[in-house]
Order: sequence, then structure tokens, then C-alpha cells
Amino acid sequence: MRMKVQLSVNGRNIEGEFEPRTLLVDLLRDELRLTGTHVGCDTSQCGACVVHVNGRSVKSCTILVAQTQGSQVQTIEGLADGEKLHPLQAAFKEEHGLQCGFCTPGMIMSSVDLLNRNPDPSEKEIRDWLEGNLCRCTGYHNIVKAVQTAAKNMRN
Amino acid sequence: MYKFNYQRPNSVEDALALYKTSDDPKFVAGGMTLLPTMKLRLAQPSDLIDLSCVADLSGITETDDTITIGAGVLHADVAASKEVDRRIPALSNLAESIGDPQVRNRGTIGGSIANNDPAADYPAGVLGLNATVVTDRREIMADDFFTDMFETALLPDEVVVSVRFPVPKRAAYVKFPNPASRYAIVGVMVAECDSGIRVAVTGAGPCVYRFTEMEEALNKEFSPQVTGEIACEPDGLNEDIHASAEYRAHLVGVMVRRAVAAAN
Repeated sequence: MRMKVQLSVNGRNIEGEFEPRTLLVDLLRDELRLTGTHVGCDTSQCGACVVHVNGRSVKSCTILVAQTQGSQVQTIEGLADGEKLHPLQAAFKEEHGLQCGFCTPGMIMSSVDLLNRNPDPSEKEIRDWLEGNLCRCTGYHNIVKAVQTAAKNMRN
Repeated sequence: MYKFNYQRPNSVEDALALYKTSDDPKFVAGGMTLLPTMKLRLAQPSDLIDLSCVADLSGITETDDTITIGAGVLHADVAASKEVDRRIPALSNLAESIGDPQVRNRGTIGGSIANNDPAADYPAGVLGLNATVVTDRREIMADDFFTDMFETALLPDEVVVSVRFPVPKRAAYVKFPNPASRYAIVGVMVAECDSGIRVAVTGAGPCVYRFTEMEEALNKEFSPQVTGEIACEPDGLNEDIHASAEYRAHLVGVMVRRAVAAAN
């Protein structure tokens, strides 16, 4: 039985009929072609699929579209202001916070949530916060640096 | 995932009515355990009844000697609650230590205790702090609630409404997390309640349990030194690729000592 769901994705109204078992990440990638949100592990561990639902970072591989009825969803594609990168996107570029880039959308969406709650996090707070985001290339140092740089730029 | 129907009632009454009319339903709150289980096809409910819009399950309330947390309150909101932090900081630390931020943004206290994963954190908090589980039809003391691995005293159609924590004189939760999943390999809540010291251990055995010999010793003298005098036996403890029963037994002693030191 398909069910009607209405939500907003990056400010765009989405209405459709979905099978209840449709995951949010499948709607984003397969139907809306927002392929910036990645699927790494598909078991809610790696964090490559992190998006925001009503301002909170969540793993989009472990939430049903049905559960987002009436919600505001933001993905990595919704961060930049036209050509102008979000300060976190710019800082990841500046500080070499990525190598292969697979984990980066999730890292950035997770970090946006952190900086919204805590504009001046310590290094430990950043590392603790990114516990649910795995990177297999960088060793995390430049990711942490990128978040610190972005935090500084956003405060100024 | 196998196919299922999805319902999102707004009241406990409606949730119970839907439960009655479905073949093989399951309640879902945050879904942080149930959805991965369904993705692995280890669970196949005919209907998911989503409790996240039931207003009666929300909110944190405070009286002179208790904190009551709605079953639908997210781990992140318990961790961020000023009331919880002021009255029972051990509980706020416990919530902050669960999983990762994204799990804490979806997972709920009601879902965690109803699932009763042997390595979950909240069961140790609820049992250690001598909380009362309030359901749609009765109140269940923590000592009677957690019955076995993934088993509780809840009836199949019974909904947890809230959990009422008496404010302890002092308490601390310390865990040795699995570095990948952040589940407790061993987690210990030590609390001084009106009835005396309580020590609840999660992660070590098939189900959260009270370490009564340790409680007796700590009732005589509440100090980290005392904890070393009580043997932690590996018999009946969990054994897996992460830790042997002997290692878990050792960790129980270490975690109790650290929790006592932190509560002191």
C-alpha cells in the first residue's frame, strides 16, 4: 500500500506516494537525483548519508520517508548560496579536509549541526561529535582543522 | 526490507486500537534498532505503528524528588536538558554517551528500554537509579522490568509512556564502549538512593543486572578501594569477538571503581 507524503527538500515542496519501506536516502538519490548524499555502509554507522531533518542531523539510510511527513529536509546540495560555498564547504576545501571525498557530504552536514549548536567547539568536542562519521583516507586531522577554521570564519 | 504498512497515530488510544486490528504489528519510535533489524530482514512486522507523534509521550517534568522523562524524548534532548543535568547529571552523561549524535537525534528512551538490548546504556540507568516505568496501563519498577535478553515485562501491545527517576543523592555512569558501535562492552551505573547503594551493570551479561555483593560492600563504605575486594566472576557473562567473559568480568570491576570515584 503506497502512502501520501509531503515534505520539503532544500526548500522545494515534494509530494508523492511512496511505499512505506522507502528510505529517505532512496528518495533523495533515486527520485530527486540529489546524489551528493552518499550511501556508505547502509547500516547507520558510517555517516556518509547524514542530512538534516527539521534542523537535526540524522542518518538518511535509517529513516523512512513516511517518518519525515511534514518535515524540512536539507541536504549537502542545499548548503551553498548559489556559487558561494557554505563556510564549512569552503573550509574543507581550504584545509584539505578530504581525499576521496566520499564521506565529505556527511562530514559537512554533521559539522553544520555541531556549529549551529556550539559555535566555538573545542578540538575534543569536534572529534566527539564526528564519532558517527567515518573517513578512511584522511586520519581526521584536516577534517577537524576544517571545522575549526569554519567555526572561526562563521563567528567573525 | 520486507513490505509493511505504516501508521502514525496521534494518541496512545489510537495506537492501541491500530495494534488490535493489525496482523503482526510493531511499535516504532526512533527506529534506531528496529529499522536496521528490518533492513537485515531479521524482523518482518506487517505494520509499523509510529509513536513519534503521540503528544503524551513527550516532555521532561520535574518534582521535588523526581524527574520524569516522556518515552518519546530523544537521547539528544535528555543530554541537553538543564533539569536533568542539574538533578541527575549521571543520567545526562549517560544519554550523551549513547551511539553518535545522529543516533541521539532519533533514538528515544522508551524505545531503548522496550528493546532491552543487552549492551544498551539506558537499562543500566533505569535499573541503577531505581526508576519506575509508566505504561499506558500500569507502573513497573525497574527491578521487575528487564527480564531477559531483549525481553521486558511489557505485554506485546503495552506502550511505555514515561520513565520516572527518583533524584539520587549521588550517582555516576561509566562505560567502556565498543569503539565502533559505542555500545557498552561494560557500562555501570552506581547510585546512592534512599534505599541505599545500587549498582547496575549493562553489556556484561545477557541482560542488565544488579551487582548485589558490590552494593552490600559499598553500603558499608562508599569508596573506590572497597570495590577491589569484591570478585567479579566471568560465569554467565557474554563472550564475543569484542571481549571474552574474563575480560568483561575484569571490566565490571574497573567500571564500578571508576563510577564510585566519579560519584564520590
